[in-house]
Amino acid sequence: MSQNNSLFNYILKIADNQLILGHRLSEQSSKGPFLEEDIACSNIALDLIGAANSLYIYAASIQGENKTEDDLVFLRSERDYKNVLLVEQPNTDFAFLMLRQFLFDTYDFYFQQALLNSKDETLAAIAAKTLKESTYHLRHSGNWMIRLGDGTTESAMRLKNAMNQLWCFIDELFEQDETEIALVAQGIAVDSNAIKAQFDNHVASIMQNAGMDIPTNIFMQKGGKQGVHTEHLGFLLAEMQYVHRSFPGVKW
Amino acid sequence: MNQINSNEVSFIWDILNEIPDPEIPVISLVELGVVRNILWDNEVLQITITPTYSGCPAMRVMEMDIDQRLRKEGFDNFKIIMQYHPSWTTDWMTQETKLKLKEYGIAPPQLHTKQRVGALLTEGPMNVACPQCNSENTKLISEFGSTACKSLMKCNDCLETFDYFKCI
Repeated sequence: MSQNNSLFNYILKIADNQLILGHRLSEQSSKGPFLEEDIACSNIALDLIGAANSLYIYAASIQGENKTEDDLVFLRSERDYKNVLLVEQPNTDFAFLMLRQFLFDTYDFYFQQALLNSKDETLAAIAAKTLKESTYHLRHSGNWMIRLGDGTTESAMRLKNAMNQLWCFIDELFEQDETEIALVAQGIAVDSNAIKAQFDNHVASIMQNAGMDIPTNIFMQKGGKQGVHTEHLGFLLAEMQYVHRSFPGVKW
Repeated sequence: MNQINSNEVSFIWDILNEIPDPEIPVISLVELGVVRNILWDNEVLQITITPTYSGCPAMRVMEMDIDQRLRKEGFDNFKIIMQYHPSWTTDWMTQETKLKLKEYGIAPPQLHTKQRVGALLTEGPMNVACPQCNSENTKLISEFGSTACKSLMKCNDCLETFDYFKCI
């Protein structure tokens, strides 16, 4: 794989995570538990999709061939998307979607912090922008973990159920393939192994305050980074890509 | 104004300084810190801008406003370039700009971002003064307010809710 190709794929992996999670969260717009929270979630969805947009513009410039960010978002199918399984899991209750945010936000915060040191100047510049926003996201979802876990019997039970459903997607966040390891060696990509301890510490400290146990001995699900997704991604893409595919080249 | 003067970079800074922020019309795009650089590259006028927030829907409007204003002034050979580094910070706002925000009813960003490092993951904004009555007895209602750049707060003394411009 050529240097440009592996950088291109690496950028897509980062952007796909943000786009798919942003889209999932946007599905919740107007359905928040109360007005301020609804606005907060819509704001976070916008940040995520906006950060992905910057990365897709960069990826399209590497790809050349007159491709744009729209081609990358609207004309790739499930197998081409490289997001982790965690972010595509469909919304159920508020505890579930906020835990999904919290787990991703924690990973993303340390990931973006490490990406600041990337030798790729554009990636580092976008990371500097994203990190400021990720900090707000993480504080927001972290506070919700404590509020739900340490709240009523009902809210704690819902958070516990969500934990049992989502924890199996954690290992995949830190999985690295050969091309990624090669980019790490060049100082371009983030070494996920190096941020795992920070992730574990932060999750443990928040969950301790929330009175939540972290599940152990769970079989870890993987595949998203290779394009092997849960069935939910296809439905998400069908909705997200419908207009663009029905009216090719449409602008708005 | 003759042609030579109107091509002066300082004149262009002045006209861009007249374009209001689409969501906070009391401050201009220059005061907000979105316009980073203006220069002539041969015959092409280059305007460099930087996004406030990655997903801020007002960025497109800002670009369009700059485009329209430049055309109105008779410029047609220009390029608007989006730049990510250095990333936008509220530290670029002058005291004068912060005062304008306050008079408009938005509590300006507190402190300098460097003073907040370390506390960021656990602490939200602290002791933000109410723009109406100046009381520091205020509380955070939501980290995310009516636009990406603001949080929603409430004054415990005069009971007004108000926007706080996030310090990032």
